[in-house]
Amino acid sequence: MKLSNIAFTSALFAAAVILTALLATASLRAAGAGEQLKAPPTPPGLTAQQVRGKYLVDIMGCHDCHTPMKMGPNGPQWDMDRMLSGHPEQLTMPAAPALPPGPWIGVASATFTAWNGPWGTSFTANLTPDKETGLGDWTVEQFIDTMKTGKDRGKGRPVLPPMPVQNLANLSDEDIRALFAYLQTIKPIKNRVPQPIDPPDQR
Amino acid sequence: MKVITTVAVTMLLGAIVRATASFENGVMVPVAPALLSETGLYAEGGTTEIDPRNRPFSPQYPLWTDGAAKKRWIRLPEGTAIDATNLSRWDFPIGTRFWKEFAFDGRKVETRLLWRVSADRWVFASYAWNEAQTDAALAPESGIPNIVEVAPGKRHSIPGIADCRACHDSARTEILGFNALNLSDDRDPNAPHAETLTADMLTLKRLMKESLITPKRTELIRTPPRINASSPEARAALGYLSTNCGNCHNRESSLASLGLNLKYEVTGSGNRASGASECAPALVTTAGKRGHWVVPEAQEESRLINPGKPEASAIIRRVKSRRPLSQMPPMGSVVVDKQGVDLLTAWVNANPEQWQTLIARCAAGAS
Repeated sequence: MKLSNIAFTSALFAAAVILTALLATASLRAAGAGEQLKAPPTPPGLTAQQVRGKYLVDIMGCHDCHTPMKMGPNGPQWDMDRMLSGHPEQLTMPAAPALPPGPWIGVASATFTAWNGPWGTSFTANLTPDKETGLGDWTVEQFIDTMKTGKDRGKGRPVLPPMPVQNLANLSDEDIRALFAYLQTIKPIKNRVPQPIDPPDQR
Repeated sequence: MKVITTVAVTMLLGAIVRATASFENGVMVPVAPALLSETGLYAEGGTTEIDPRNRPFSPQYPLWTDGAAKKRWIRLPEGTAIDATNLSRWDFPIGTRFWKEFAFDGRKVETRLLWRVSADRWVFASYAWNEAQTDAALAPESGIPNIVEVAPGKRHSIPGIADCRACHDSARTEILGFNALNLSDDRDPNAPHAETLTADMLTLKRLMKESLITPKRTELIRTPPRINASSPEARAALGYLSTNCGNCHNRESSLASLGLNLKYEVTGSGNRASGASECAPALVTTAGKRGHWVVPEAQEESRLINPGKPEASAIIRRVKSRRPLSQMPPMGSVVVDKQGVDLLTAWVNANPEQWQTLIARCAAGAS
């Protein structure tokens, strides 16, 4: 799969994610359970920059894929004990089901953290400040480079769908710094997310 | 046909931006000219004869670009010299220009220009050659994808400016092909894809003789930089890694926190001019170390370099890959460098005892 296709699929998937999240929220609201997908409260003591970062995390949909979903009494809800820690290491995914020819393009896990499509299988990253498995050893420059270029730390492999890199590239440096500043304040969670898997025809 | 259209569009775009300077924050800054023939590479009025002020060179460890035949030139402003006080990071005079020509199957495809226009700014540009091979036009900022087929089903792309910057960090651009190791007069006979030196090519000796480098360091002539290694394979492998991987994986890059350093640094002290310890960072930071990326088939056994086990060595696995998720380098190549892979494999396969002794010695801090 070419890089341009990865970007295109990413855009499609980003749209799908937002739509799904909206639908989930809508159905829950109908059931009177809107609280299930509510942004976490703002902890005291954050700087203005960190508050801005939290606001951006909450409105940009970071939780949609980076906080695993679990099933609650009223349907799927974010597992806030694993807030922003990405695909759970313990959840080993079986091989993705093969789709028949046609307009379906991919599948996702119930956690919303594992995605499979023409680019292969991707797992959402651990954004917590854990040193070994999260963003704890990242520099803010690497974070900015990743967001701006759609490449891992600005130089490596492409960041994969459904991460909406085509939108994030438009963030200002100031906002990316704010995102990073907030993400460094959240609870570090040790969770080693698996590396992406090539599509079958390329293994 | 696709190539013709692409080149025509590029020429048109080039014509529109036929300026050589632009205003930025109220200051005039030079921009890349629209045509290669306007960059100073060639003698006035053509693209056949190289301007004699541009000096050719050929790194002993060349970068792999899918088998492209490359030619390289440097022009230093008259009367200036390269400041090589820091041997591992040369400082080029403002006004320095580098060109690199890429040809596939005997046809020129692109020529890249790196031009230092101020203390903190380099101009990056690439020029796409026309069908008639008479001139090349400035490629758009986003590059020109898939411009020419270089192997069945594999196409070379002209990089965009963002790609240039991914390899050449903008503030302190380094030319890995033009450094103390790569211009050493003590050339490695086992370096993959190395070209034969011709008499007109710049080497350390010639740079020194013509006072194109300062300060004068005669030790670099007496004992030219050379990778200190336990075997010919190790020497060539460390050189290969230095050029092909060391541009990103070094201790000063934005990736330094990964802890992987594949650049071979010439320090200028020690038993040889290379300052060479056999404990090269490319060895110390890889042998037996588990990296972020795990070889899928090896899992627990996976190491950056697993001595004696190339199949469990992540570096080799990634150099062998041309899939977007795993290939290394991640850009600039669509065809595996078989010769490079064979060399790295032979190096990793070397006598395991020898590896273990070396690792133990390096861990103990000996050199």
